[in-house]
Amino acid sequence: MENIQILVICRHPEILATVVRLINNKPEWKATGCETDESAINAFEATKHAVVLIGAGVDADSERHLRQTFTGIHPQVKIVQHYGGGSGLLFAEIYGALNAQ
Amino acid sequence: MAQTILHKADTRGYADHGWLKSYHSFSFASYYNPQRINFGALRVLNDDSVDGGRGFGEHPHDNMEIISIPLQGDLEHRDSMNNVAVIKNGDIQVMSAGTGIYHSEYNSDAHNQVKFLQIWVFPNKRNVEPRYDQLTLQAGERHNKLQQVLSPNADDAGVWIHQDAWFNLGGFDKGVSVNYKLHKPGQGVYVFVLKGDVKINDQLLNTRDGFGIWDTDGFDITAETDAEFLLMEVPMEF
Repeated sequence: MENIQILVICRHPEILATVVRLINNKPEWKATGCETDESAINAFEATKHAVVLIGAGVDADSERHLRQTFTGIHPQVKIVQHYGGGSGLLFAEIYGALNAQ
Repeated sequence: MAQTILHKADTRGYADHGWLKSYHSFSFASYYNPQRINFGALRVLNDDSVDGGRGFGEHPHDNMEIISIPLQGDLEHRDSMNNVAVIKNGDIQVMSAGTGIYHSEYNSDAHNQVKFLQIWVFPNKRNVEPRYDQLTLQAGERHNKLQQVLSPNADDAGVWIHQDAWFNLGGFDKGVSVNYKLHKPGQGVYVFVLKGDVKINDQLLNTRDGFGIWDTDGFDITAETDAEFLLMEVPMEF
């Protein structure tokens, strides 16, 4: 079975690394972490991600641009804001996105 | 008409990490219950016990208002803003994680557990500058009355956060009753009973029960025994 691909965008490198590590602890999930909008769009174009997490430091203009770009490429993608910066809410956010209609 | 939801204490999620035992009123970490994600802007209510000499190593947070209320013992706090402090029973601590913060919380008492509430509230603005604050509360100021311990206003009683939230503690003798008025429309209150039995309107609550009430201007709270409780008023839409 293919892993569920999850893209994480976060300006804070240590938090990004933590979130990616936590996601990759789940064997069925595969996270890609990006600090910049450009690298995130490149990663999204290269791989079909089921979920995108918008993390710390991504301002409203960037978020709007990313959402527009991602849904233009893959309209079914689930894009959610990540809160908390660690394991606390992460799994509920991903499960919630995957289960959303 | 008021809407309500009851979370009995024994229906909470539970995690036993050996040194840490935690009851989760809402989905947290590996406890996932889609029926219990949040109560409005209140996202996390963890009832934690930390063994002596143990604690949470350095770990990150972002974009969350994090409130800690020690119920027994002291926690040693360190963070990436160079704050070093001890949060004692009777204090309240707040962190606005904003763009990112690292912290650790440690029970430096080798022999006794620390018990504390860890509460997370969604902020009303993302990516704020991280901040830390703590305050010592006077327990006498909540005897048979409500003591405001948190608000959205820096110049109001208690600590403040980036959200339209008001928290009050109460320590009531049996039979004492007050009416709580919500601050504005669209808000709800999550009541968490720390000790004893209380009644909200006609709903009896026991120790560690949680009860949410919204679509109302106010409600009566009555101590059915000597009781301690926490009221958390938050926006239901945010």
